[in-house]
Amino acid sequence: MDAKMLPKADVSGFLGELRGKGYEIWGPVEVDGAVDTMPLDGTASPVTEYWNSRVSPKAMVFPQSERMFVFSVDRSRPDAFILKEVEEPCIGRLAFAIRPCDARAFGILDKVFLVQGAWQDPYYARKRESMVVMALGCNSPCTTCFCHWTGGGPFSREGVDIMMTDLGEGFLLEPVTDKGRELLQGIDLPGASPSNLEEAKGLQDAATAAMGEPLDPSHIRKRPLLEMFGDSYWERAHEACIKCGTCTYLCPTCSCFDIQDEVRGPCGVRGRNWDTCMFPLTTLHASGHNPRPTGKERFRQRFMHKLRYFLDDFGTIMCVGCGRCVQFCPVNIDIREIIRELRG
Amino acid sequence: MERIAEQIRKEASRLLDSGEVELVVGFKKGTIPMVNRPWFARTPEEAKEFHWDGFCNLNLVNYLTKRKGKVAVVAKGCDSRSLVLHFQEHQITRDQVVILGVPCHGMLDRRKLQRAAGKKEILDVAEKNGSVILRGKELELVLPREEALQHCCTICEHRNPVLADMVLAPEVEERKTDRFSDIAQIEAKEARERWNFFRKILSTCIRCYACRNACPHCYCPECFVDCSRPQWVGKSQDPDDVFTFHLFRAFHMAGRCTDCGSCERACPMGIPVRLLTRKLEKEIKERWGYEVGLSLEGIPPLATYRPDDPQDFIM
Repeated sequence: MDAKMLPKADVSGFLGELRGKGYEIWGPVEVDGAVDTMPLDGTASPVTEYWNSRVSPKAMVFPQSERMFVFSVDRSRPDAFILKEVEEPCIGRLAFAIRPCDARAFGILDKVFLVQGAWQDPYYARKRESMVVMALGCNSPCTTCFCHWTGGGPFSREGVDIMMTDLGEGFLLEPVTDKGRELLQGIDLPGASPSNLEEAKGLQDAATAAMGEPLDPSHIRKRPLLEMFGDSYWERAHEACIKCGTCTYLCPTCSCFDIQDEVRGPCGVRGRNWDTCMFPLTTLHASGHNPRPTGKERFRQRFMHKLRYFLDDFGTIMCVGCGRCVQFCPVNIDIREIIRELRG
Repeated sequence: MERIAEQIRKEASRLLDSGEVELVVGFKKGTIPMVNRPWFARTPEEAKEFHWDGFCNLNLVNYLTKRKGKVAVVAKGCDSRSLVLHFQEHQITRDQVVILGVPCHGMLDRRKLQRAAGKKEILDVAEKNGSVILRGKELELVLPREEALQHCCTICEHRNPVLADMVLAPEVEERKTDRFSDIAQIEAKEARERWNFFRKILSTCIRCYACRNACPHCYCPECFVDCSRPQWVGKSQDPDDVFTFHLFRAFHMAGRCTDCGSCERACPMGIPVRLLTRKLEKEIKERWGYEVGLSLEGIPPLATYRPDDPQDFIM
């Protein structure tokens, strides 16, 4: 039997052992009453009773700001204005106790950053390739969760290397991939008993049942694309939206970025930063023309990209139903309602 | 609360039916507890959706900037002051707006309520006789309403609309508060300590600009952070650039902020950005004895010049 038990009291020892194997571990940490996914550097201990983190774990592989090249603007130097790649050590990152929705989200980011047979984003790839994902299933999903609409579930194993189930005293660790199996084999933990597995199965089934009937967003595809694009629906739907970047920056699947050269003294950096379709600057052309001139076009882009273009291109919507945008939107724009209305 | 909602629906419906206005801006019940959605009614039928409770906290004046045509808007004390400022700054004219005033008992703080409920999900919030009742699975918690208020509401001194065409509820009692005790505490810190304090509270900023976009008075056609020629501020998570954004935003609010709290409430990271705007509010009050948006005749001190203006700050 490959599954093991991790007693709660042994979590820090377990993480210490993994750290000793060279992993940089990220996980949910409580900060001033909120939970964020951040590096667990040994001083911060992870929380495992939480709904979901405020900021998603996508920053593990796609940080908000990332240096790509450095250069000097000192003209007296022979290498002035020559871009040099930023050397980044290749460290294995391990996500500990993130939610299954966020684990699935890495698969969606992969579709964008690691296009099979075409090109790979090197900055993303070097962090992602060596990554191990330990996902903590949701015994009690909350009411803004709709992972099951998007093909996931509170114990979805997609994108997960080791599935964790909270059994009260400890966590059942079930390897899902070879990578997960290998990792668990090298660690001295008690094996799981048949009753552990049975108890976990009960919790997993109950949580899945508690999600209720899903709505399948892929029906959106049935409508002609241009009809959807030109639908007068958008005129009213965007009215309350204040076009801040909260939804997209908290989203585990949004992947837009902007490349900037910034210079301080003689040192220049070419870096990339998260960008969002909600901001007018995102599509502002050098000519001054903006193809998305008003909030309506920007709002439409967010939902058309997530729910239609991505579906047409990759066969899945760009949403894992984590519910962050629903919870944190200051004006209650609810993507579930938009899905329902777009389906017609 | 329901009585106020009923009044809003009734007046909105009458205004739309008679053609006196083409749009009424208010709130409709949100799809999740503790957040309501701004609602834009153009027909008496749509006016039936108007709702009112302790979570109608967004400043709706945000939606009136440069709007054409005649509109009605639901306004609490703070919102009415924002309207006054909008009229003074020519963002909309007085004759375009019918103000549906709602005297305010203070709005509820979603984060405070969640803290009180601990790790239990709040599924429903009811308000009754000065109490707030939180309900959820294995959760039933009663809190005094006063303890559940947003911070800006606990120090509010203008709970009744300062300007309204009709007032939809009985006037509430105004109270004097100590608006700046926490600001004075920060002022008393050493410069280095203050610097570190602000570095720390701004360290979680994700630059989503929800604070800016939720503010009715941040209406520049192009915000300085969005300007690329010239680029005034860097776009990365460099703490200096994050700091620059927040300080500039606060300075743009000097003498213009009504402390409606929209910025702080919109922030997904819970950053107390009002500490910056209230420091400037305090300065304006101390130097010019001015409070923003109390009357149309008031003269905003930073938008005017007098030969005898205090100049002792010029070095």
